Amino acid sequence: MKILVPVKRVIDYNVKPRVKADGSGVDLANVKMSMNPFDEIAVEEAIRLKEAGKAEEIVAVSIGPAKAQETLRTALAMGADRAILVETDDEVEPLAVAKILKAIAAEEQPGLIMLGKQAIDDDSNQTGQMLAALMERPQGTFANTVEVDGDSVTVKREVDGGLETVKLTMPAIVTTDLRLNEPRYASLPNIMKAKKKPLDTKTSADYGVDTARRLTTTNVSEPPVRQAGEKVADVDALVAKIKALGIA
Amino acid sequence: MKTLVLVEHDNASVKDATLATVTAAAAIGDVDLLVAGSNARGAAEEAAKIAGTGKVLLADDAAYEHQLAENVAPLVVGLMADYDAFVAPATTTGKNIAPRVAALLDVMQISDIMSVEGDRTFTRPIYAGNAIATVQSSDDKLVLTVRGTAFDKAEAEGGSATIEEVSGKGDSGLSQFVSQELAESERPELTSAGIIVSGGRALKDAETFEQYITPLADKLGAGIGASRAAVDAGYVPNDYQVGQTGKIVAPDVYFAIGISGAIQHLAGMKDSKTIIAINKDEDAPIFQVADIGLVGDLFKILPELTEKL
Ligand SMILES: Cc1cc2nc3c(=O)[nH]c(=O)nc-3n(C[C@H](O)[C@H](O)[C@H](O)COP(=O)(O)OP(=O)(O)OC[C@H]3O[C@@H](n4cnc5c(N)ncnc54)[C@H](O)[C@@H]3O)c2cc1C
Ligand SMILES: Nc1ncnc2c1ncn2[C@@H]1O[C@H](COP(=O)(O)O)[C@@H](O)[C@H]1O
Repeated sequence: MKILVPVKRVIDYNVKPRVKADGSGVDLANVKMSMNPFDEIAVEEAIRLKEAGKAEEIVAVSIGPAKAQETLRTALAMGADRAILVETDDEVEPLAVAKILKAIAAEEQPGLIMLGKQAIDDDSNQTGQMLAALMERPQGTFANTVEVDGDSVTVKREVDGGLETVKLTMPAIVTTDLRLNEPRYASLPNIMKAKKKPLDTKTSADYGVDTARRLTTTNVSEPPVRQAGEKVADVDALVAKIKALGIA
Repeated sequence: MKTLVLVEHDNASVKDATLATVTAAAAIGDVDLLVAGSNARGAAEEAAKIAGTGKVLLADDAAYEHQLAENVAPLVVGLMADYDAFVAPATTTGKNIAPRVAALLDVMQISDIMSVEGDRTFTRPIYAGNAIATVQSSDDKLVLTVRGTAFDKAEAEGGSATIEEVSGKGDSGLSQFVSQELAESERPELTSAGIIVSGGRALKDAETFEQYITPLADKLGAGIGASRAAVDAGYVPNDYQVGQTGKIVAPDVYFAIGISGAIQHLAGMKDSKTIIAINKDEDAPIFQVADIGLVGDLFKILPELTEKL
């Protein structure tokens, strides 16, 4: 079985995003960029399935600027076998990303496609579900555990009330949640080796996908800033404050 | 505009998340409700009482019992011929189903709307709520998910909508529900609790968390939340997580106890009315958003606080 893992290059999660003064977006100039954390979890899970003998090949895919090569090299250094960059300088929306991924899946015929549940820049939480819809395949979103057994995959999902387990017929789409695993760091030798692994570069036109935006962002602004309040000296002062709120 | 709202329910009754979604939908146009479930007439009857709605569409089929997206999405798509917008709560159910509907309709979903600015214009948070985008759709139909804390709840009583039975294809044959482990709790649900007491990594382990956080929450009749670190370390189940990628909450009073205040955590609670922080590090970022802060060791502070309240 082959596993396809879409990985997105996003602002590093440790960086506090700054909104541009002209309201046109978030300032990404000279900002540290990394692989979307949920996608690292997806890459890790794919590698574990390969190590367990459940998968033979892992293909990482990214849709983004030339620099997204770095993100793909990270996936290769972690343990992916090869990579595909669909190069574009445009911001591609989840629906168009899903369409490109569908076309790639038609060529690659993976048994599993593992995505992050959410990209931490657009916070959309859409791409995996959209891909599953377009491919008319099942989806195991917000995965907490993934077990492959023959031609089905059992996914325990993190839902609002607790956990839910579903069984999906493969090929299937899985999106990762935080508790699925702890991604490994790439070792130096593996980072060196990754430089020699194959990385194909394509364009969205190669897949016949129109990436024109459906949504127009007319403004990006900073949320209202919360002012820090006061610090109290001791528990008695805190109790007085809490009582003043009328909740005790 | 005609909107169809996905009702969040457990077949027997309607979940609170539906109410704010109805308010958001009503700001766009007329509101009909969809109850997709199995033996779900109870939920449909409750939904029919929500004020300001037209009719309730009830799709009652064993295939919809657990609201598997593979089964519910085609049902919704079939109904959308009569509607301009599909509106779902930004719960795990809504987030699972809505994008599947959007893709089948070939439209771009707008996730987590916080306000309705016009017919096809909405605001939504991006970058963990560090920026608010105003977004306009050019698609024929709208698919939206709604951030519950950003809209008032519609009245749960007072309406008298008619219930109309509808049906879809039923089982897609793609996926199967196996089991669920749902937390049974007497406590208020996090997303609708008036008071929340949240604990972080500082709480050490599950027993310590229980020993220090629970008595305070009990005293205040509060819901219990946690940071990702506390969930990852197994102090509490995953559904306690508050934050960018967990639950979004906005109670009247939020206690952050032994939580540093990472942006991902703040994303989930910074719209709370009053934030109270207890942390031994006076420079912890949580104090930058806290209305009331107390610097010190929570293991000394909490027992005394609980007793004195
Ligand atoms: C993709 C991604 C998504 C994420 N999503 C979320 C999310 O949804 N929600 C979330 O919460 N986090 C999320 N995080 C994690 C987030 O970045 C932080 O790591 C996390 O919030 C830290 O939790 P904490 O504050 O409990 O732990 P820490 O940062 O370790 O803070 C512990 C605090 O306890 C204080 N303390 C220690 N001992 C005591 C004591 N005895 N008395 C009083 N105070 C004490 C310390 O001073 C410190 O401030 C996410 C991270 C990533 C990468
Ligand atoms: N441009 C992209 N390139 C590769 N994968 C992507 C891209 N955009 C989204 N994804 C995948 O889809 C997931 C969810 O993204 P989103 O729907 O934007 O929140 C991410 O975690 C990635 O796995």
